[in-house]
Amino acid sequence: MIPAAFEYFTPSTLSEAIALLEEHGDEAKILSGGHSLIPMMRYRLASPEKIVDINGIPDLEYIKEEDGYLKIGGLTREVALEDTPMIREKYPLLYDTAVMIADPQVRNLATIGGNIAHGDAANDHPATMLALGAEVVATGPNGERVIPIDDFFLGLYYTALEPTEIITEIRIPVADGNSSGTYKKMERKVGDYATAAVAVQVTMNGSGPAKVGIGLTNVGPTPIRAKRSEELLVGQPITDELIKEAGKLASEDCAPTADLRGSEEYKRSVVSVLTQRALKTAFERALSS
Amino acid sequence: MKCKTSAEVGGMGHSIKRKEDARFLQGKGQYTDDFKFPGMLHMKILRSPFAYAKILSIDSSAAMELEGVLAVVTGETLKEYNLHWMPTLMSDTQMVLPTDTVMYQAQEVAAVIATDPYIAADALELIEVEYDPMDPVINPHTALEPDKPILRPDKEGQTNNHIWHWETGDREATNKIFDEAEVVVKQDIYIPRIHVASIETCGCIANFDKINEHLTVHMTTQAPHAIRTVLALVAGHVGLSEEKIRVISPDIGGGFGGKVPVYPGYVIATAASVLIGKPVKWIEDRSENLQADSFARDYHMTGEIAATKDGKMKALRIKTLADHGYTDAAANPSKFPAGMFSVCTGSYEFENAFTEMDAVYTNKAPGGVAYRCSFRVTEAVHAIERMVDVLAQEVGMDPAELRLKNFIQPEQMPYKTPLGWEYDSGDYPMTFKKALDKIGYDELRKEQAEKRARGEFMGIGISTFTEIVGAGPSKDFDILGIKMFDSAEIRVHPTGKAIARFGTKSQGQGHETTYAQIIAEELGLPAAHIQVEEGDTDTAPYGLGTYASRSTPTAGAAAAMAARKLRDKARKIAAYLLEVSEEDLEWEPGKFFVKGAPEKSKTIQDIAFAAYTNHPQGMEAGFEATHYYDPPNLTFPYGAYICVVDIDKGTGEVKIRRFLAIDDCGNIINPMIVEGQVHGGLTMGLAPAMYEELIYDDEGNILTGTFMDYLVPTAVETPAWETDKTITPSPHHPIGAKGIGESATVGAPPAIANAVVDALAHLGVKHVDIPVTAPKVWQILKEKGVAEA
Amino acid sequence: MSKQTITVTVNGEAYTEEVEPRMLLVHFIREKLSLTGTHIGCDSTSCGACTILMDGKSIKSCTMFAVQANGKHFTTIEGVAQNGQYHPLQEGFKEEHGLQCGFCTPGMIMRAIELLDKNPNPTEEEIRWGISGNLCRCTGYVNIVKAVQYAAKKMAEAPKEKGALNEV
Repeated sequence: MIPAAFEYFTPSTLSEAIALLEEHGDEAKILSGGHSLIPMMRYRLASPEKIVDINGIPDLEYIKEEDGYLKIGGLTREVALEDTPMIREKYPLLYDTAVMIADPQVRNLATIGGNIAHGDAANDHPATMLALGAEVVATGPNGERVIPIDDFFLGLYYTALEPTEIITEIRIPVADGNSSGTYKKMERKVGDYATAAVAVQVTMNGSGPAKVGIGLTNVGPTPIRAKRSEELLVGQPITDELIKEAGKLASEDCAPTADLRGSEEYKRSVVSVLTQRALKTAFERALSS
Repeated sequence: MKCKTSAEVGGMGHSIKRKEDARFLQGKGQYTDDFKFPGMLHMKILRSPFAYAKILSIDSSAAMELEGVLAVVTGETLKEYNLHWMPTLMSDTQMVLPTDTVMYQAQEVAAVIATDPYIAADALELIEVEYDPMDPVINPHTALEPDKPILRPDKEGQTNNHIWHWETGDREATNKIFDEAEVVVKQDIYIPRIHVASIETCGCIANFDKINEHLTVHMTTQAPHAIRTVLALVAGHVGLSEEKIRVISPDIGGGFGGKVPVYPGYVIATAASVLIGKPVKWIEDRSENLQADSFARDYHMTGEIAATKDGKMKALRIKTLADHGYTDAAANPSKFPAGMFSVCTGSYEFENAFTEMDAVYTNKAPGGVAYRCSFRVTEAVHAIERMVDVLAQEVGMDPAELRLKNFIQPEQMPYKTPLGWEYDSGDYPMTFKKALDKIGYDELRKEQAEKRARGEFMGIGISTFTEIVGAGPSKDFDILGIKMFDSAEIRVHPTGKAIARFGTKSQGQGHETTYAQIIAEELGLPAAHIQVEEGDTDTAPYGLGTYASRSTPTAGAAAAMAARKLRDKARKIAAYLLEVSEEDLEWEPGKFFVKGAPEKSKTIQDIAFAAYTNHPQGMEAGFEATHYYDPPNLTFPYGAYICVVDIDKGTGEVKIRRFLAIDDCGNIINPMIVEGQVHGGLTMGLAPAMYEELIYDDEGNILTGTFMDYLVPTAVETPAWETDKTITPSPHHPIGAKGIGESATVGAPPAIANAVVDALAHLGVKHVDIPVTAPKVWQILKEKGVAEA
Repeated sequence: MSKQTITVTVNGEAYTEEVEPRMLLVHFIREKLSLTGTHIGCDSTSCGACTILMDGKSIKSCTMFAVQANGKHFTTIEGVAQNGQYHPLQEGFKEEHGLQCGFCTPGMIMRAIELLDKNPNPTEEEIRWGISGNLCRCTGYVNIVKAVQYAAKKMAEAPKEKGALNEV
C-alpha cells in the first residue's frame, strides 16, 4: 500500500509550522508520530497534498511538574510515559493507558498530542484526559490558548482544534498523595482498539472520594465522561453497591454501536463491568498510597 | 528415542541446530520480493469494490498517460490470447481477469504494469471502471433457492449454485443403526472461513526472455513442479513449453496451504512479461492476500452419533454444506472433493458411518485450501471431537471416560475404518492416559467442582484426534492427473560430501536440516556434509511439493530409499575394495566391515571416493541415486490434547490457563524441530478457535480484510504451550515417521472449544461455535443469568 | 513532486540519496539500499516484520517516510552481527529454534534488541508483551521467548557484548 504523493515541509520552529498551516489550509496535514496519519495515507483514506512534519520543532518533548500541573509536551512519545518513574508512581492512570496503546514500536514514535488531536474516540488518551481533567494547550497564529478537555472533543474525528493550531502541551492538575487511578481496557488482542475501556482517576478525602473522573473509550462518537457516575460517588463512603450503581450509570450514559467487537448491549455491559473494576482498583490504590 | 548415529553424524533423533538459520538470522534469506532484475517492471492490481457486478466499461486511458506506465492489462487483453480464464486445481474454472462480471469483492479487475510500484499504485487510481452492481449470493444456506441468480452461467448445465455432491460410507446400514439406537445426539457445528495469513504474502517475478523463449518465474509456491506443469498446460497455446519454463521457489515466508494454488496475479504477471519481454514483479499487499487469496474451511456441518445409553458409540453421520466462493479453488487430490474429510470417525471404533456433503457457489473469494492441515482434516476432527463431547454430556459421562471406552485399541492396528481408511498404527489409550496423568486430570475436575460451587467458570477440554497425512498412494491420489509421489536425488561427491535435491519445498519446516539427517542416518555421512536443495524445477527431481504434512511421509521416505540404493552400491564397492564377498560385509552407520574382522573396513567416504577413482570394472562410475517414492498407504499421526480455561464472567473473555499437547508422529527425525512444529501448529489451532475469521456482511463486503480486524494472535494471546510425545512408528514408512507439521493445528481447536463448553456445561450449554470470542461467551452467560453486570 | 535529498546512516555507513517525500522508509531500505533483510508483512502497522532500530529505538519502518529519517542512525538486521560474531539474540534464536520460515525473524530480533537494552532481565510476561508488535505464524512464540531469555542470560554473563548496537 503506497500513499499518494505530497509536498513535505520540515519547519524548525513553531511559528514556521503555523505559518505553513496558515498558508496551505485544508491541503496540509500535521505529521507528528504519524501512526494515525501514515496508515490512512497508505490505504489512501487520506491523501493530503502537503505534509507539515513538526518533529523538528525543538522543546516539545517533555514531562514535568510545574505550576501545579503535570505538563506533557505535545510531541512527547507514548514510550516516555512508560519510562518516566514519576508517571508510574504518581499518575498510574497515564501509565496504565500508555502500555495499552498499540505496541512497543508504535509507542516509540506515536505522540500523546497526536493521540488526542486525531479526535478518535477509539484512541486511549482522550478518555484518560477526561478522567484527569486535563487541559489542551493549542498554539496557533494568535498564540496559545488553553482548551479544557471537556470542550475539546466535538464529534467523530472532530475537535476544537483549528486547522492552523498545533497541540503544544497537555496540562494535568498535579496529583497529590490522595489521588490515584487506572485504565481498564478490553481489547480483542494486543494492539487492537478498545472494545470498551474505562479511565478512572480519584482523589480521596478520608474514606470517600472528593473527586472522581471517569472517561470512556470507544463507546460513542467522542470519548465520554461518565458524569452521573462521578457525581454519584463524590463525597460518599465507598460501598460495593455504590460502585455497582456507578457502573450501571456509566453503561447507560455511553453510546456504543455494534460492530465486530460486539453488540451495543455487550459493550454497555463491558462498560459497567470495567467501570466497577477500575473504580475498585483506583480506590484501593488511592487509599494505600 | 535412541539415536543410531553419533552427534557428529547427526542422524535421526538428534536435535541438531538448523542449517538454514544462518542466512535468516543475518537478513540474508532470499524471499521472492528480495530479487531484483535489470529492467524489472512492477505490477499492481485493481480490485472490485463490489461482490457481484456487471462491468460496463473499463477506461484505462488516463492511467496509460501516466509517465512510467507500460500497460494496463484487462480481461479483454487476456481474452485475445485465451488466457482470461484458467482451471483450478479442482477442475473448476477461475477468471484471471474478468471480461464482463466480477464475482466477489476484491476480485482482480485490471492490472497496471509500470516502471515503479509507486507509479503503478497511482495508475490504479486513474482507471475508471463502470459497474452495474447486482444482488450477491452471500448466505450458502439460501444459495440454492430458486430466486437466487445462477452465479456460474458460464458452466455448462449449471441450473443453480450447486457445485458437487459427495458421499462416503454406507447410508442404509448407518441409518439402520441410528433407527435402532438407544441414544442419538445431533449438533450443528460451523467451522468458519479463515485465512492462512503467512507473514510473507504471495507474489512472483515472471521473467520472459523473448530471444530464447524462456520463462523463469520466481514464485512463492509450495509446489514449484506442479506449477511449471500447469503453466505449460494452460499457456502452451501461446508458446510456453515446459522445457523452457523454470519455476524457482526461493525462501518462502510461511505457506500453510495458501501457497499451493495458482493465483490470477501469477498468471497476469507472467502474461505481461511474455508480452513485454521484461521481468514483471508482483507482490501482493496484506489486504489483497487476506481478501482475495484462497480461504480455508467454511464448512457448515451437522453431526450425529448413535450410541448406547452407557456411552458406546455405534454410528456416525455428518452432513455438510461447503461454501466455496465463486469457484471451487480448493487444492485437494482430484478424487477427493472434500479432501480427507472421511477421516471423521477419528480415533474411535464405529460399526458404521456415513458422510455427505454439498458444495455451493457464493459471491465470495474462491478457495477451500488447507490452513496448515491435510485436506479438510481439521473440519473432520473438529466435528468428531465436538460430537464426542456432546454425547458424553447427553449420557452423563466424563468425556475422558467416554473416549477411553470407544478408542480403537492398539491390537486392532492396522485398523480399517468404516469409511475406508486403513490406520497404520497408534496406541490411543496409552497416549491419552499419559496426557491425563501429566495434566492432573482428576485434580482439575475437583478444582472445577469447587469453582462451580463458588460460581466461577473453569473448563477442561479434550481432543484425542487422529490425522491423515502423507498423500499419497498413486492408485488414489493425484492432482490434475499427476500422481502424488515425491522424490529425492542424492549425489555423493568424490570427497564424501553430498548434495541432495527434492521435489518438495520447505516454507520453514527445516528440510535442509531434516532431510540431511535422514541421509546421515542411512549412509553415516555427517548431516553437516549434506547440502539440501529444493524449489528449482531445473535442478530438483519432480515432486508434488510440500503441504498436507506430506514431506516426511513422501520425500523423506524417498531420501531414505535413495540412500539405501547408494548403500547397496556401496556394499559392492566395499566388497571389491576389501576383496571379500558382499555377504561377508556388515554395515554400521558410516562403514562396511568384514564380519569377524571389524578392523577391515571401508568408510562411506572411502567408498564414495572409490566410486569415482577405483570402482569395480563393469560397474557404472559415480555415486548417485534417485528415488521416486509412491507411498503404500497414508500415515496417521495422532495426539491427545487437554486444555484448561477460565472464563471472566464480566467480559466473557476466555483465558487458556494450560494447554498440554502430547503428539505421536512415529519416529522422530529432529526432536527440536518436531517440538517447534507443534508449537506453531498449536498457535494456528488457537487462532481460529478464538480469534480469526473472514467475515462478510450481507452485501458481500469483507469486514476483516486487514490485520486490524483479522486477528492473528500475538505472543500475549498465545499460551505457554506444554508438549510431550509418545512414539508409535509407522510400520510401512521406511524410517517409521508420520509427519508432524499440522497435527497441532488440527487437534487444538476442539480442545479449546470443548473446554469452553465444559466450563458452561452445568448451565445446559451443549455447543459453542468457534471462534469462541468474548461477546459470544458473554451472550451465553447473560442468557443463563450468570453474567456479572 | 520534487525529490528531496536525505542522508542517513545505516549500519554505520552513511548514505545520501534522493527520494520522493512519500517513499516509505522500509522501501528506501529495501530498494534504495538493497538491504532486503527488513521485510514487509502487512499494510496496517500490525506485523512488525519491518522493525529496525532508529537511534537505538525499535520502530516499524513501514510507518515512517524516508524523508523523516534524514540525519538519523539506523540498524537493520544486516548490521547486528559484529566482526563475524552473532549477537547473543541471533545465537539465542538459533540455539532455541526461535525461527522457522525466517520471515518475521529480523523484525523480532530488532525488537528484542531494544527490549533487552531497556530491560536486561525480563520476565516471560514482559518478553511476551515486549514482542507483541511482532507477528510470527510459525513458532507459536514459545521458542522466541526462550531465545530472548537465552540472550538475556548470555548478555548478563558477558555485558561487554551488549554495547556496540546501542551506540548507533
